Amino acid sequence: MMRLGTLFLFLLPGAALAAGDTDTGTTAWMLVSTALVLLMTPALAFFYGGLVRQKNVLNTMMMSFGALGFVTLVWALFGYSIAYGTGNKFVGDLSMAFLNGLDLSGEMPALLDVAFQGTFAVITAALISGSLVGRMRFSAWLLFIVLWTVFDYAVLAHWVWGPAGSAFLKDLGALDFAGGTVVHINAAIAGVVGVAVLGPRKDFGRLAFLPHNIPFVLLGAGLLWFGWFGFNGGSAYGANGSAGLAFTNTFLAPAATMSVWMLLELWRHGRATAVGAATAAVVGLVAVTPAAGFVGPLGAIWLGAIAAFPSFFFILARPRLGLDDSLDVFGAHGIGGITGALLTGVFASEAWGGTPGLLEGNAAQVWVQLVAVAAAVLLSAVASFVIFKLVGLVVPLRTTQREEAVGLDAVQHGEEAYPTTEGAILVLDGERAGGAA
Amino acid sequence: MKMIVAIIRPEKLNDVLEALFKAEVRGLTISRVQGHGGGTERVETYRGTTVKMGLYDKVKLEIGVSEAFVEPTIQAILASARTGEVGDGKIFVLPVERVVRIRTGEENEAAVTPVRPS
Repeated sequence: MMRLGTLFLFLLPGAALAAGDTDTGTTAWMLVSTALVLLMTPALAFFYGGLVRQKNVLNTMMMSFGALGFVTLVWALFGYSIAYGTGNKFVGDLSMAFLNGLDLSGEMPALLDVAFQGTFAVITAALISGSLVGRMRFSAWLLFIVLWTVFDYAVLAHWVWGPAGSAFLKDLGALDFAGGTVVHINAAIAGVVGVAVLGPRKDFGRLAFLPHNIPFVLLGAGLLWFGWFGFNGGSAYGANGSAGLAFTNTFLAPAATMSVWMLLELWRHGRATAVGAATAAVVGLVAVTPAAGFVGPLGAIWLGAIAAFPSFFFILARPRLGLDDSLDVFGAHGIGGITGALLTGVFASEAWGGTPGLLEGNAAQVWVQLVAVAAAVLLSAVASFVIFKLVGLVVPLRTTQREEAVGLDAVQHGEEAYPTTEGAILVLDGERAGGAA
Repeated sequence: MKMIVAIIRPEKLNDVLEALFKAEVRGLTISRVQGHGGGTERVETYRGTTVKMGLYDKVKLEIGVSEAFVEPTIQAILASARTGEVGDGKIFVLPVERVVRIRTGEENEAAVTPVRPS
């Protein structure tokens, strides 16, 4: 076999080998990481899908799954260039629009970065949907995430990850290893703004909305955790020590969050719940995201443990706030993301590859982190509000009350997740298909 | 005594329950049923195959009431279950021969009168 492989190497055209500076270890890890992060979006679909009522499960899952289509394309054609083009401090440029100039050169192929970062753009858009399930017209949602990816996500990504010297928040010295601000705070604020614009679901405050499939929730949370190893580990951009640290912290911090969460539930309610454990894992993953490659392993455990408290108590109080952020995107990703961003400033360690944090005598880092959080909140709030309003001018954002009552699967998609297969009659060619429901 | 059987839209169930509770109608049984009453068809598509669902999901309520409650129950259901579209359902009022409350052995009117929680 090996000899055959060597033989084929000689047959390859020269162009494919031109990228002689490729680091195979880095490239291999980034290929794997990209696939891992991609998996997080269908994982999120299961996490969210399990949490909603069964008449809305397909619509909920499609709000995430559908992002894999439109957001990927708009990211590759425009978003990547706006985020990573040099431009100025606040926005990139269109030098790489339509993938212009992205070839296979570099330590890892330059083109691969479009795919790796594209998986982040997709999951960020998908995360917003958790706030808005059960009431939004699907076409309005698709239009929203396309515009939001270009005009909000790519811009904030430029602030945090753009080329050094022309990236507003990176140049301030803000630490965000894998996207606590860009992904989690950003999506959570967009979600809350969406709730403010769309309003609560019809029966909010009158009915309890129970999860219809908790095993889906655990499956989704587990696959999210698995994918998150690529999200955080891949953000080291190398098969190196930093990746090893980020990977291990991604294991440790959520474990600490989940343990504390289960103890809190046992103390408050006498029972540790499955939905609680799944939520806790996600909160811990969110919190460690900005810190993953900057804090030591014990710092990550402390960070994860502390991060359980604000999210736990916020989610407990949320229904009484009258805020129909249906699946607690703000409680998990907003509060968790802000806690993680601030604690990154506390636990960051020079010895482990970060800037010194509060515990190493650099209190100013916490301030820088706070400024970065405030900037992200402000950008996301304004941009999301404007985009929701613009979309609303083109397509009504909400479904009707009756459609909400029937369920969005049948109305928006013409499918049911668990159809009663009795009485389904084939509509033949040329036969009129009666009136729609 | 009458047995009131109502077939309603599932999405109207919560409204109907609320209306019944407001009318102080307490004892009822519900079941999810499927049926056909000549409503418009719901069309769905699975991998390009278009189907019309010939049977509809409905909810059946069975409510045993004393004579004084027959009219309030019917009015509550009418007011809360109606959309005006074909497929809103039916209400059937059936005579009841005998009712026995299992816990006490009480019969008829006494058996369909709800016990006030003390």
